[in-house]
Parts: sequence; structure tokens; C-alpha cells
Amino acid sequence: MSKSGSTSKITRRTALAGLSAGAALLAMPRIGRAADETIRIGFPTPLTGPFAAEARDQVKCAELAVKLVNDKGGIGGRKVELLVRDDKLNAGEAATRTLELIEKDKVHAVVGALSSAVQLAVNEVTRARGVIYVSISQSDTINEAKDFSKYTFHEALNPHMTTAAVARQTLKKGMKVAHLVADYAYGHEMLRGFKRAQAAIGADNVGEILHPFGAADYSTFMPRLMSLRPDVLCISNFGRDQANAIKQAVDFGVKQQMKIVVPVILHNQRLAVGPDVFEGVVGGANYYWGLESQSKSAAAFNAAFKAANGGAIPTDYGAYGYSGVGSLLAAMQTAGGTDTDKVVDALEKLQYDLTKGPQHYRKCDHQSVQSVLVLESKKKSAMAGDNDLFAILANDTGSDDMLRSCSELGHAT
Amino acid sequence: MDLSLIIMQLLSGIALGAVLVITALGLTIVFGMLGVVNFAHGALFMIGAYAGLYLASLTGSFWWGLLLAPILIGAFGMLIEFVLIRRLYGRSIDDPLLLTFGLSYVLVEGVRIVFGSDGIPFPTPPQLIGVLDLGIGFFPRYRLFVIALVAVVLLVLWLTLEKTRVGLIVRAGARDPTIMQVLGVDIGRVWLAIFGLGVGLAALGGVLAGPMRSVNPEMGSLVLAEAFVVTVIGGLGSIVGAVVAGLMVGISISLVALFAPEMATIVMFALMAVVLLIRPQGLFGVRGRTA
Repeated sequence: MSKSGSTSKITRRTALAGLSAGAALLAMPRIGRAADETIRIGFPTPLTGPFAAEARDQVKCAELAVKLVNDKGGIGGRKVELLVRDDKLNAGEAATRTLELIEKDKVHAVVGALSSAVQLAVNEVTRARGVIYVSISQSDTINEAKDFSKYTFHEALNPHMTTAAVARQTLKKGMKVAHLVADYAYGHEMLRGFKRAQAAIGADNVGEILHPFGAADYSTFMPRLMSLRPDVLCISNFGRDQANAIKQAVDFGVKQQMKIVVPVILHNQRLAVGPDVFEGVVGGANYYWGLESQSKSAAAFNAAFKAANGGAIPTDYGAYGYSGVGSLLAAMQTAGGTDTDKVVDALEKLQYDLTKGPQHYRKCDHQSVQSVLVLESKKKSAMAGDNDLFAILANDTGSDDMLRSCSELGHAT
Repeated sequence: MDLSLIIMQLLSGIALGAVLVITALGLTIVFGMLGVVNFAHGALFMIGAYAGLYLASLTGSFWWGLLLAPILIGAFGMLIEFVLIRRLYGRSIDDPLLLTFGLSYVLVEGVRIVFGSDGIPFPTPPQLIGVLDLGIGFFPRYRLFVIALVAVVLLVLWLTLEKTRVGLIVRAGARDPTIMQVLGVDIGRVWLAIFGLGVGLAALGGVLAGPMRSVNPEMGSLVLAEAFVVTVIGGLGSIVGAVVAGLMVGISISLVALFAPEMATIVMFALMAVVLLIRPQGLFGVRGRTA
């Protein structure tokens, strides 16, 4: 809800605030017209629940993207407003909030959602109402033909991209690989990605253990995993599940026997359990602030974020909020407004570079083609400071070859 | 499937059960003696973990945290009893239940405000890092320590309740508070101490769980559900029941995890359903007792 950029002098501010409040009260019927002039972006995200830390980062970054556009005078003179709603990590809640955003708040587009199930619900609603939705959830089922619509865009990386990049860095022909997987969509998709990648490399699968989503104790899976004697253990789960599973695997001495690999290594979870536990764990990522030494856009994004958030650094999932909203606003800029068809057209043609290098939305399924990072968690003694968490092992440039083909996703080619 | 794997799995189950036992014990003692269903038990478990972490970092040693946090949070529990719970004795069972339910929200939000919603790292004490070679496999030293410590706590608790004068008063007070008052025992003080003990045990469970799980404001909610399941299986108010059921649940989860890992969480509820069908009062519960 960034409404800064006002040029009024500080001395006049109090007076203006009082005046405008009074004016707003008198001008009730005019609000409808005034609202037409603002561009409103709906932003459902799980502000409460186990992904709250990631969600808050997303909001900060999304607000930053809006602020930067407003500071430059908005889009065609119209200010942009972000309407953040708590989806509570619940598909029903998300659908209700999204519907409200569309019907009551008259948003021009929706960006957000973190969990795969919630993303599907938001996509259902936006698709039915013909509203553009830019998803920043990892799951890519909405890119498959049965859930896809021309209003659906997917800014986040997808399981296929991250698992392939991580596997390339960590697996070799003949290696033995075991999997510990959260038993829901996210885990299943990551497992599918890893198995596909390991088959291509020629590594052997020695076992898969599915664990219940949100389990607090993983110790009961450890003896079995150890007895499989793998070279690599892939742990495919998200949020606190990742922190707990890795911590307990380390307690059982797993790291002495095998390497731990995750599809997506989470900034906040690394902070939650500390460097000793995560040391040597390798995982994929969409963004890491340390990229600034290699990328001008990363340096600019970090600087803008630091300026707006008291010197704090942006995180991986936060960056999605910035690039999701940022790419949409860039397309609106090109389209000269909010006309849905024109904006869809502009998004399809858009070449953008907001956080880490060139990106574009693939025509057939609207998946953002972008670079994939592979990070390794640093050991405590190698850290230059509190924020120096990861070493960048690889920065694979974005290309269509990273993605499943359009025909594989069920699209006409 | 070889024998050593099954033994290792059993051991994992016992370690898991040990944390469940210590947490369920606090819940069941407070219910058995005071008739209070303490819904804030999970939140107090979480507060215990934070207190343990805070005291450990303050003193530079995990052991001070382990010793002081349960005492401090136990004292905090006595304050809660004195200020809030005490007023509700003699009323229906719902009143303290709602009160503690609300209290748990306040505690969780309070911790969020002070420490933030993200987890905080709780390092394993240096002496207990790593694994011990048991001949058939490796097992984390810390989890072996938890099993041993819980065994000691149980023994001390049992001796106190069965062999001392204090234990006698507590047991008699649970059975007939009126007669105890007639005999000149200040039953209010006994209840105060019991509630403090129950909360202290929750806090001890939290400190013990800290180095195994990440410490975060929501860590208590799952534990509360587990503790209730254990308490119900063992029989509300039964100390022996909590110990047997806690170990039973831990071992069942562990063995099911070996054969059907995705069922690991559900098994505990299935076990509860079966026990309730056969013995509605729980394994060691007294029939018809609802405080």
C-alpha cells in the first residue's frame, strides 16, 4: 500500500491530511471515478502459518516494485496500489479473497500465492473471471494444458528446472541416490524432477521414503535411509519441514555417509537452524543477494531493497514478489494501461531483467525462462558476515532447453 | 529386513516416546489432580524451549538452560494458577479449558512479538554432538541422553509420589480435597505446586526438544495434539498410563515409519481410536471419571 512520492512540503502535511480526509468524506460518490484512475494489483499470500516468513518478504518486495513505478510517475500517469490479502495457506481462503479482490476491489490483475494448492485455487478464480494471474509458487501444474489459460503466467522457477540444475552439480553416473519426500504435490513434483534428472545422468535410485507433510520428527526415517547406503540423499520438502529434516538427518550422522541435496535451498530455513547444520548442503534457488558481484540488476535490486527496508537484504522468495509484480507492471507500461488483452500480449513479448539477468515468458505455457542458481551452504568459518550464507556453485543461464517441452505439457505445438 | 535395522528403529521410537512421555505427564498430572484440561500446555512447552535457549545463551551453557528453564517456567505456571486458574475451580470443566485455550494464543503471539515468527537455531550441547556406535548402528548421543534423562525424571517423580509425605498429601488431595482441608492441609498450596510441576514438565519437554527440532512459536501446537493423544490412550489423569502410552505411541510411529512411512502420523490417531473402542476410559484410566 505504497502511496509515497508525494511532493507536498512537510509543513503542509498535517493540514493536507486533515483536509483530504474531510474531502474524501464529502466526495464519497467520486471515489468510484478516482479508483478507476488507480491501478490495483491483488496480492494473496500466506501471511499467517508456517510460510509466513517467506510471505512477509514477498510483500516487502512487491511493495518495493510498486513504489519504484509510482516514484517514476506511475503507469500512464496512473498510480499503482498493492492490495495484500492473507490467504492463510488455505485454498478455500485464497479463492474467497481472490474473488473479493476481483469483484469488490476491482483489481486489474493478481500476483502471488506460495503453496501449490493455493496457487491452483487462485488460478481457477482468475481464469474464470478473465483476470491476469502471475503465479510466484514453485509448482507448475498450472502451466499444464488442463489448468492453463491465456491469463495464467508463472514467474517462479519450477520443479523441473531446479532439480535438473541441482542434479547436474551433484550427481554422477553410477551414484546411488535415496529420497526423503514430503507426501503432497510439492514433494511429488520435486521427486519426479529428480528421478528424471538422475535417469538422464545414469545415477541409480536406491529408495524413496514419503513422509507426512508438516511432521516435527524425522528420526524414525533415518535408520532406514542409512541402511540404503546412498551416496546422495535428496530431501524434497519445504519450509520448516526442510529445516527439521536436515537437522535431524545431521544428528544421525547422515552427512558423514552421504551428501545432502535439496531442490530449493531456503534462505530463511538456513537462518532458522544455523550454519553448522546446513554446512555443505546443496540446493537450487531463484535468487541470492550475493549474486550482486556478478549481476548489475542484482546489485540494483539489493540497493533498492536495502534503502526501503533499513539495510536488510532481500531473500529468495522475496525476490519473486519483486519480479512477479515488476514484470506485470512493465507489461502494463508497454500496453499503456490495464486492458487485459493488451497486457497479456505485452507479457508474452516482454523481455525483462529485474533481479538477476534476462527473463521472458515462454509463449505456449507462460513459464518464465530464467537463470537457475545452485547454492552450497557455507561453513561457519568461511562466512564473511551474518548474511554470507551460500557459495554460488552454478548460475545456469535461462533457455527453453531447461523446461519440459510444450507438447509434453499438453499444449498444441 | 535385518534385525539391527529393527532394533535401531525401536530405539528411535523410544527416544521419540520419551519426549512424548515427559510432555504428556505434565498434562495428565494437572488433569488428574486439579481436573483442569490445560490447552496452554503446548504453548508452555514452546515457551520452555525459548526460555531454555535464552538462558543457555545467557549463561553460555545448555545445562543451565536445561536446569533453570523448567524451574522458571514452572514458577510462571504457579503465577498463572494463582492469578487465573484458581478462580475457576468448582466450575464446569469448560471454563478452565477456554481460559487456557485463550492463554495459549496470548503466549504464542507474545513470543512472536519478542522473538519473531521465524525459527531460532538451538544448537546441540557440544558434549552430546555426534553419534554413538552401538555395534549394530549409529545413534545420536543427544537422543540417548534424552532417554536417560526422562528415565531419571520418572524415577524421581515416582519416588516422590509413592514414598514421601508430600506425595501422600498430593495423592490424598487428588482423591478427596475436602477431607484434606478438614485434616488441616492447605489444599490451595498443593494445587499451586501441582500446576507448577505440570507446567515445569512441559517446559522441560520443550528444552529437550529444542536441539532436535527448530525452535519456533508454532512448535507447541503439534506437541499439544500428541500429548492429548497419549493422555487419552493412557487414561486421563493416570501417570503410569502416560508413560506406557507415550512409549507405545513413539514405538508404533517408528515401526510404521519403517513399513509405511506416509502413515507415520496417522498411526497415533488409529491407536487412539482402537483403545477408545475397547477401553473408553483409556488403558489405565478410571471408569466414569470426568473430574
